Parts: sequence; structure tokens; C-alpha cells
Amino acid sequence: MSGAEKINVTVSAVVPLNELVTRFEFKRTDGALFPTFSGGAHTVVEMKDDGLTRLNPYSLMSDPQDQQTYAISVRRDDEGRGGSLFMHNNVKVGDAMVVSNPVNLFSLDLRAKKHLMIAGGIGITPFMAQIKQLDRAHGNWELHYATRNAALGTYVDELTSTHPNDVHIYYDDDKNFIDLENLLDGQPLGTHIYVCGPKGMIDWVRGKTAELGWPLESVHYEEFLAPQPGKPFEVKLSISNKTIQVGENESLLEALEREGVDAPYLCRGGACGQCETSVIGYDGKFLHMDHWLEDDEKASGTKIMPCVSRFEGKTLVLDR
Amino acid sequence: MTIQFKDETFRDDYTFSNSDWAIKRFPFPFHEDSYMYAVNMEQHRGGPDGSVYEKRFDVDEHYVSEMRDRAMVLADDPLRCQSLPHMTLAGWDLLELIMVSKSEDYPDLFELHRDGDQWHWINKPLGIDDKFTFLDETSLPYGPMEYITRQTQGDFCVLDQRDDNLWMDAGIVTTQADWSLDFDIGMNFFEWHAPVPLAHEKGIFVRALKFLLNIQQGAPARRLNWTMTVNPLLDTSPENYHKWGIQKTSLTPENIGQKQHLRVELQTFFRLPRSNALVFPIRAYLASFDDLMTVPKWGRRLHRVIRDLPEELATYKGFIDNRPMMLDYLSRYDDGKPTSDGIWPNLDTDPPRD
Amino acid sequence: MSKFEFPEAIKSRPTYGTLEARPGKAHLFVADAEGAEAIIDLAKADSGLMAKSHVIYIPKDTGDKFVSQLQDLGINQLYVGPSFEAAQTRLQRSLADAHMGLQVYLCGTEGLMGQAQRDAMAAGIPHTAIQTEHRGSVARRMQCVHCKGITEDVMTDPFVCSHCGLNLFVRDHYSRRLAAFQGVCIDAEDPGNVPPSAELYS
Ligand code: HEM
Ligand code: FES
Repeated sequence: MSGAEKINVTVSAVVPLNELVTRFEFKRTDGALFPTFSGGAHTVVEMKDDGLTRLNPYSLMSDPQDQQTYAISVRRDDEGRGGSLFMHNNVKVGDAMVVSNPVNLFSLDLRAKKHLMIAGGIGITPFMAQIKQLDRAHGNWELHYATRNAALGTYVDELTSTHPNDVHIYYDDDKNFIDLENLLDGQPLGTHIYVCGPKGMIDWVRGKTAELGWPLESVHYEEFLAPQPGKPFEVKLSISNKTIQVGENESLLEALEREGVDAPYLCRGGACGQCETSVIGYDGKFLHMDHWLEDDEKASGTKIMPCVSRFEGKTLVLDR
Repeated sequence: MTIQFKDETFRDDYTFSNSDWAIKRFPFPFHEDSYMYAVNMEQHRGGPDGSVYEKRFDVDEHYVSEMRDRAMVLADDPLRCQSLPHMTLAGWDLLELIMVSKSEDYPDLFELHRDGDQWHWINKPLGIDDKFTFLDETSLPYGPMEYITRQTQGDFCVLDQRDDNLWMDAGIVTTQADWSLDFDIGMNFFEWHAPVPLAHEKGIFVRALKFLLNIQQGAPARRLNWTMTVNPLLDTSPENYHKWGIQKTSLTPENIGQKQHLRVELQTFFRLPRSNALVFPIRAYLASFDDLMTVPKWGRRLHRVIRDLPEELATYKGFIDNRPMMLDYLSRYDDGKPTSDGIWPNLDTDPPRD
Repeated sequence: MSKFEFPEAIKSRPTYGTLEARPGKAHLFVADAEGAEAIIDLAKADSGLMAKSHVIYIPKDTGDKFVSQLQDLGINQLYVGPSFEAAQTRLQRSLADAHMGLQVYLCGTEGLMGQAQRDAMAAGIPHTAIQTEHRGSVARRMQCVHCKGITEDVMTDPFVCSHCGLNLFVRDHYSRRLAAFQGVCIDAEDPGNVPPSAELYS
């Protein structure tokens, strides 16, 4: 058994929110209650796409205490490998799907004297659940949410109407940007900052907080890494004694699974370390995309994270 | 079967004893004839009928008396139960996990009725019938962790997960193998394990921590650990070591079979949903040497393990001085015959003792 | 000034480094006795730092030895006090008012650093972000695991608990929350058989 425990669900609502983002809601097919979860958790959604099984992680954005419904919001990515396109184009109310138990790699530090949240675009989703969790616990929080414009401002109305004082919205098109330096200055000791959004935004917040002397432990981030398409490549598996092909639009992990090779995973996004695999031999170059391996490990050519990383070259032999 | 709860003591006159049923299901910790620290973890998804692995939280004949002993320890020393302020949510998670598990696994002993956040809990063996509001601390006589673990055998550590580590930020510890919650609370995984010999060097804790950080909701794990205790004393705490330490010198060749106990901890790991914390129940089982010798395989194996155990481990576990006397006793039960793999007694298939 | 090299020990035992100036608008120092020398060294290395700093200094048995040198460093706010207990509310008050980015520097004896670190952690600074440098005495602050009493400035092993009178041996196991090492009864299994005390690290 690899990955988180599975739950059979039925799609109970498909709600387009704007041109790019749609919310999908699920009920359990067996009528039982969903497990509760902690704000920031994701679920891995299984998609049967024309013979190919895709497993994509999405942040749970429903109320963590709501055991009737799980909800995710998916942004359509026309460039990607098609997971989000599949959700947008093929998934309809009443469809049977499979999701995993919640896994949290972006949890709140419950000791924080204040939670300062920075969201960029679709990065708002984990905060939707965290805010519900904190509201129930009377937590001290503040959200700064940057998005392109009002038309693409997913959940802006809901957030500003329920929390007019704690939610601050910034529209890029209005040239209205988060004044980070000012925002960080004067935050009380014991504040924790959380960032979810594009890589540039995460790097910006990490860089600025370091410059201002914030402890690393007070800075939390979740970057949505989707596996990127790439050139097909061949892999030899020494334990299962197989040679497999990784296609242009599938990840190495998905190729392993297609071939029935048991390969562990949790996040499928290069963050948790669970899928770490030893390289036995290679002739070519690695395309490491994960956040897990240290730079020297990446350079050493002895490890690869199959959920997001790829390979270009003649031969690659893995310990699987 | 219905469990016959015993009325017995774990101190002073030590009336504790195991029934034949309890001996046969004792979690003997050695799957082979030697022992060394290892990352010995497996899934906790049930086990053979009647075994201590079968249920999520095992309840046995010692339940009622163990809970009485815990209440006495806490009355003497309330610092055995502590929860740092950010761990209250995890305490509710634990309360829910135990109440749901016990009422499903032992419907004749425990009942849980839920109507939204209005909960009704019935614990028949302890005569408890309480109604309370879930997530409202004012509706329970203790904090949620203390409330439920005063009704559950075994110690509990509740670990906060952050910064790629686990932090012992809450717990109730009254049946420990000589370590102090009051001292260790707030430490991380490597710090509270600091006194353990050899295992750090072997990389065991680094690998074990990686495994634990990835334990998922609905996928608990378990392992066994063991030590030796003279007399069936549950509370072998450092706090009271100046009182009980002397008992270790009371062994004689005549009384060792009754007094010397193998102490086995069934340790389980559950991810807690609302808090993303991890709970680590440590359930201690005691069996006297005489109890264990009723199973020929265990007699042979225990002798070989204790004989060959590295000195560092025998010292850390606190029985180096008594080891020669233990071996004199145990060697009488080792006829040199082979033992089968695994921990189970295998009374029908392993050879009878000469 | 030579520094004491602590031998390698178990993983709960704190280790100490050498103070370095870190980025940040506000800087808080807590030092005792020879710890003053670490501040003086740092001020030499980074001349601008002291003008942004608040220093809480407890001379202990060094008396006036370092006080005038500290006064000459151009420290923005310098407090010289008789004991950590006396200075503690002042420290807690400064932390309560502080903002993210505050840098905390502790130097001197283990007991002082441990107690100041505990206050800084309670205010929300992770222990890894607090700098420490050991100077001066190697005496330890010990908790008696039996009666829970703290004995300050323990220099010998074994020692007598200043509260319950048990003979305790000195462990390396250390609790940041208590800011103390653990002392455990040495003659529990053989009452009265207490080995002679030896000076720590002798
Ligand atoms: C997160 C859950 C865990 C907690 C709270 C925990 C706690 C402890 C504590 C308090 C001790 C006593 C240390 C002392 O002497 O002061 C201990 C001992 C030990 N632990 Fe853990 N532990 C955990 C998980 C593990 C795991 C997963 C392993 C796996 C290899 C492990 C291996 C050991 C070993 C080998 C010892 C020495 C035991 C002996 O020889 O009697 N622990 N643990
Ligand atoms: S599955 Fe998490 S890093 Fe690959």
C-alpha cells in the first residue's frame, strides 16, 4: 500500500467561480462521515483519464469540521499535463471518484501569537480551511491576498463580507501590490507567516523575512508543484526487474504505478520526501524539480523524487 | 468473551497476576533468538483474534485496577499529566479517537452517543456516564486528554508536528520505564531519545522520525519495546526511583520466578485529524518469568536473548547487576532445541520442553 | 580569553557557539559575569551594533571588572543588575513589547543562558534563532527529578539537593523548558553508598 488511504466519493456539486477556477464538492459514496482534517491539508484526487490514471493533490478548502462534504477548487491550467483540464472538462455531478485521506504539509503552528497569511491567486485555497479552523478557536489572524483582478478574485467576496477587517485584497491590474516590508515591520513577537502562491511570491517573502531577521521556523510556505510534462524517457528497475517508458505527459511516479510497481508517495508535489528513490546508475542528466533533496544530493546523481522529477539521457537504473 | 476485571494492586502487596488467557496473549517481544534496536515498525490494522493487536486500544483484565493505580499516581504527583496550551485541540482529537474506537470495538463495555457537539459517553467497567459538549473544556471535569486517558490503559505522549520534527508537548505518563514527562515535555524526537545508547549511531532515530512524520490519518502503526521490572510495579518513574530502586536488590534465586517481570510496551502511532498532531500510546504489559516459562518457545528464546544482549542495553535497561541471576534461572528452561520464527507461542508446533 | 570546550555529549545537552551580528532592527543581550567579554568582542567586530542594543548584565562574582568596559561601548540601553531574578521582569517586559526580527544574544554561564532563553522562547522566538556563547564558570543549574527543586551553580558530581537533601548524580540530559539538567538519586539501590564528589570536568 502506498500513499494515503482512499475514500470513494461521488461528485455532489460543480460550481464555476470564474473564468479559470471551479469548485468541486464530494460526498462519501458509502454515506458515512468524512474524517475531519486540519487547515492546510490536501487530498489526492484520482482521475481516470482515457486509460491513464492521474493523481493530483488539491488543498481541501471546505470547513475542516464539516464531515458531510469535502471541497476543492481547481484552476484550469491550459499548459499543464491535463489534470486540471480533465477536472474542468470531464467531471460532472454524480460521477464516482476516489480521493485520499487528508494529508497536511502546510499546517498552522498553533503556538503562534498571530497568523499572518499571504496568498497569491489560487494559493488562497488552503487558507480558506485554515481561516475556518482559526475562527472556531478565536485565533488571531490576518490575510493579505493578491490576485490579478476582481473578475479572477476567487472567494474575494466571501472573504471580505465575512471578515471585512482581517482580509486585505490586492489587484495586480490596479497596480495595487502588497507592501511587504511595511507589513512585516512591527509584527508582534511570536507571529508566524504563511505563504501560498507562485514561486516568485514565496521566494520574495522568504527573502524579505530573512533580511529582516525573522526566524526560519516562523515562515511557512506551500508551493503548488504540478509535475511538468517533458521528453519521454526509459527507466530500468532493478528490484522489479522491468524496463518501463515514461511518457511525455506522465510523471515517473505515474509510470511506476501504471506498471504495478509499488512506489510510496504522499504529496506528489516534491515536498514530503516519501517517494525518494535511490539511483543505481545513469548516463544522462537529471531534471530535479522537487523541494526535498538538498542541492548536493541533487548534484550527486544518487537520488531522484519520481513524483515531479524527470530524466534526459541514455540510461537510468533505479532501486525499485 | 466478556472480560473478568481483576481487583489487584501494582504496589505495596503486589496482588497483580495474569490469568492463563492473559499469558497466552502476552505480547512477547522477540521474533528471533537475539535482540538489537531496529526500526521495527508495522501497520496497526488489527491482528489475530484475541491478540493484543486485534483492537485499536486493547482492554484486558487489568483495566479497572490499572486505572485505579493511575488515579493514585496522579493524586501524588499531578505533574505526571501535562499539556502545553497549544495542545488542547489534539487532546480533543485523542478523546474522539479513543471514544469512537472503544465504543466500536467493545460495544458491550463502552457507548458513545453523538448529537452534533452534544456527546454522551458511557464507560461501564468504571461506572462513568457523562454528557458533555465536544470542544468545550468547561463541560468536562478534566482537560480532554486527561479525561479520556484516566479511562484508558497505557501512557500517552501527544506530539506536535512542526519544523520536520515531533515535539513532546503533552502527555500522561504513570506507567513509564524510568523517564520523566515533566522533564522531557517540550523536547523534540532526538532530545527525548538522547539517553538511549547505540541507536543514534545506528541512524535508527533519523529513519524512525521520517517514518513517523509521514504517518497518515487512518493508517496507524505500531512497534514493541521491552525492559525488565522487579515486582509488578507499573510506576517505575524517575520521580520515585529513590523509593523503588531498592526493590531491584530484593531478587533471590528462590523468588526470581515470581518477582522478575518482563515488561513489554505495545507502542502505537495515530495521526490526529484536527490538530495534525501524532499520538503515541505506550501500553505496558507485565508477565513474571514463571508466567513466561509456561510457553516452551518463550523460555528458550528469553534465555538466549538475555544471555547475548549487549552490555550497553542491559545497563540502560537497568538489569545488568541482576543478569547473572536471571541467566541461572532462565538456562533451566533452555534445552537447546530450535525455536520458530515470530513472536507467537506456537504451543502445538514448537517442540515440548525436555 | 580562552573558552571552555565542552566534550561531546548526548543530543539533549545544549551546545554553544560564538555570537555574531545578525540583521535586525533591535538587539537584546542578556549576559552574566565573563559573558561581558563576548559582548565586548562582538562590539569590536561590529561597531554599529551596540547603538541598536539593549544589554542586561549581571556581573555575579566579577563585580565591577567588566562594567566600565561595557559602559564605553556606546550601548543604547545598558542595565547592570544584582541577579537574574531581579532582572527577569525587566527582560519579560522588553520581550512583551518586541517585534518580529528582534535578535537575542545570550552569553555567560549555562544557568543564565538557559533561563533567559526560556523567557525568549515563551515570547515566541524559536530556540534555534537565539544565539548563545558560553563564557566563565561551567557550573550547572540542576533539577532534582524527585522533589523538583532547582539547585543553582552546581560544581560537583554527586551533589546534595538543596531542597530535599538527596544525594544526586549529574546527568547531561537537559530540559530547555526547565532551563536545567537532571539530577537523580545516586544511592537508591545501595542507600548510604555515595562516592566522593568530584569537580565537574575534572
Ligand atoms: C513519537 C513517538 C515516540 C516517543 C514519544 C518515544 C519516547 C521515548 C522515551 C521517552 C524513551 C525513554 C528515553 C530515556 O531513557 O529517557 C524512549 C526510548 C526508546 N525509544 Fe522511543 N519514542 C517514540 C518513538 C520511537 C520509535 C518510532 C522508535 C523506533 C525505533 C523508538 C525507539 C526507542 C528505543 C530503542 C528506546 C530505548 C528503549 C529501551 O531500550 O528500553 N522510539 N522512547
Ligand atoms: S511524493 Fe512527496 S516528494 Fe514525492
